[in-house]
Amino acid sequence: MSLLELKNVTLKFGGLTAVNDVSFAVEEGEVFALVGPNGAGKSTIFNMISRFYTPYSGDILFEGRSILGKAPHEIAGLGIARTFQNIELFEQASVLQNMLVGRYTHRRSNFLTELLFTPFVRREEHRHREAVEKAIDFLDLQPYREKLIAGLPYGVRKVVEMGRALAIQPKLLLLDEPASGLSVEETQDVAFWIEDIKKVMGITVLMVEHDMHLVSSVCDRVLALADGKKLALGTPREVQTDPRVVEAYLGSDTEEAA
Amino acid sequence: MRIVFKTTYEADIRLFKHGAQGFWYALLLIVAIAAPFILGDFLTGEATNVLIWAICGMGLMLLVGQSGQASLGHAAFMAIGAYSCVLLESAGVPFILALPLGGIITGIAGGLFAMPVTRLHGIYLAIATLAVSVMMEDVIVLAEPLTGGVNGLMAADIEIFGINFNRYGNASGLYWLILAIAILIVLAYRNIQRSPLGRAFAAVRDSEISAQAMGINVARTKAMAFAISTFMTGIGGALMGHFAGVFNQETFNLVISINLLLMIVIGGLGTIHGAFLGAVVIGFLPQAIAFARDGLGHLFHFDSIAIPGLETGIFGTILILFILFEPLGIYGRWVKIRTYFELFPFARRDMFRRQKSYLKTERIR
Repeated sequence: MSLLELKNVTLKFGGLTAVNDVSFAVEEGEVFALVGPNGAGKSTIFNMISRFYTPYSGDILFEGRSILGKAPHEIAGLGIARTFQNIELFEQASVLQNMLVGRYTHRRSNFLTELLFTPFVRREEHRHREAVEKAIDFLDLQPYREKLIAGLPYGVRKVVEMGRALAIQPKLLLLDEPASGLSVEETQDVAFWIEDIKKVMGITVLMVEHDMHLVSSVCDRVLALADGKKLALGTPREVQTDPRVVEAYLGSDTEEAA
Repeated sequence: MRIVFKTTYEADIRLFKHGAQGFWYALLLIVAIAAPFILGDFLTGEATNVLIWAICGMGLMLLVGQSGQASLGHAAFMAIGAYSCVLLESAGVPFILALPLGGIITGIAGGLFAMPVTRLHGIYLAIATLAVSVMMEDVIVLAEPLTGGVNGLMAADIEIFGINFNRYGNASGLYWLILAIAILIVLAYRNIQRSPLGRAFAAVRDSEISAQAMGINVARTKAMAFAISTFMTGIGGALMGHFAGVFNQETFNLVISINLLLMIVIGGLGTIHGAFLGAVVIGFLPQAIAFARDGLGHLFHFDSIAIPGLETGIFGTILILFILFEPLGIYGRWVKIRTYFELFPFARRDMFRRQKSYLKTERIR
C-alpha cells in the first residue's frame, strides 16, 4: 500500500481545468518531486492534499483511506505536514512559539487545565519543547530561537517553516518550493536536510521544486506536469530526458532549468 | 542590559523572566495593597473603578490582541454579566457563586454569538459586534419584567461570608476584593498565553491558512477566544453593576464599547500591561478634564459650564495621536524608554521600526 495515492484527480476553477486526471502514488520512505512550468498545477495538488481545495472528481488516499471527508485542520493530525510557497509563518510570534504551534496536534491538555496551568500542562510543555528543540538542533536555528519572525531574513524564514512542519513529527512532509529564493549554499543545506529527513527521521517527502539540481540530487522519483496534465513519471534522469518534458518544460523555458 | 542565561525549559515557562522582575511585581503588589491607606476613600473608589475597567479591558484584549478579532460590542457582554449576576443574586444565589456564574453565562453567550459571526473578518466583524451592542440596549428595555427596563436594577451590597463590601461603607474592602479578582484574571490570562491554546490564538491571528495546516480548528479557536474574552468582560460588567449600585441599559451603552476599544489601543495592544495602563487613562481622564475645566474657569473668570462632547472629543484626539505616533500604545512607549536606558548609550532610533513583511498568500483563505 502506498503512503499517499492520488486517483484520477481533476480540479476545475470555473472553465479552467487546473489539474486534469492526475494519478500518482508516493511510496513510504521516498522523496518524490513534482516539477513543471508555472501554472502546471503543482501547488494546486498540494492544496488538495491539504484539503483547502476539494477535487472535482477522483480520490486522494492516505495510508489507504480517503481523506476527502476530512476538514483542513484534521489533515495535520493524520501525519501530513506542509510548508507554503509564500511562507505562512505567524509574524508577530517568536521562532520558538511558531515551532511550538507545530506541536498542536500533540496537545493532550484541554482549556480548563491550561487555564489553571496544572502540573500536567507544565510537563506537557516540557515534552513539546523537547521535540521542538530537536528540530531546532537539526536545522541549526539556535541563534534565532527568541527572535520575532517579522524581523527575520527570508532564508531563515524558509528554514523556520520547515522546522515548524517537522515539529508535527509527520509521516509525510509536503515541501512547496523549499529552495526558492535561497542562495547556492542555502540550497545545499536544504539538500542535506531533505536527505536526513528521509534517512534519519524516516519521513516521506513530497515536494514541488524548480531547481533541477536539487531535484536530481535528492529525489527518488519525479512527476512532471504541464497544464494540469501528467507528462512523465520516473527517476530524475528519466524525466529530464523525456522528450515531452524537454518540449513542455525544459525546452520552452530554459532559464528555469538552470 | 540584563541577559538571562537560560539553563532549563522552565525559564521560558515560568511567570517571571528573572528574579528582579519578580521583585518589581511583588513591590507593585504591595503598593497596590497598601494604596487605600494612602489614597483615602474617594481616590480608593476611583482606583476600584480603574481595576474594573482593567478587568473588562483584559477580556477585550484577549480577543483583539491575542486572537486578532475586533469587537465593538463588548459593552453588551458587560451588560449580560451584570444582569445575570444581579438576577442570580436576587434569586438567592450568594455573590461568591453568582459572580462566576454570571461570567460563565456571558462566556456561553459570547461563544454562541461567535459561531456564526467569526466567519467575518476585520471591519465586517466590527460591524456585526457593533450591532450586538446596539441591540442589547433595546433588548434590555424590552425585557422589562426581567431587567426592570429603563428603571434599571439595583445591585445589593456584595456580601461574602458575612463581610459587607459597600462602596461607601467599606471602600478599601471593595477595592481589595476587586484587586484580588483582577489578579486572578491576570493569572488566567498569563496561563492561556503560555499554553497551546494561547499559541493557537496567535496562530489564528497571524495566518488562518497555516493555522489550519498545523491542525488548529480555526472556527472553534475563534469561538473559544470569544467565550474566554466575554467571560472576563462579563465578570467586569457584573463588578461594574455592583460598583454603580443602580444600572440600566445606559450604563452599558455603545460609548462604553468604544471606550473599551480605545482603552486597549491607547494602553498597548496585545499586552496585559496595556489593559491596566489604558484603564488608568479611561478611568482618570474624565476627572482630569473636569479638574482642568474648573481650573481654567477660575483662571479666566468664566463659569464652569458643561461643554457637550468635550470628553468624547478629547478621547478621539488622544486615540488619533496614539495611532499616528505610537501604535504600540503607552506600554510600547514604556518598553522603548526602558530599552533606551538599558542599552545606554547604544540604543538606536530604528530599533523598533517595523520590518517590512513579505508577501502573503491571499489566494486561499
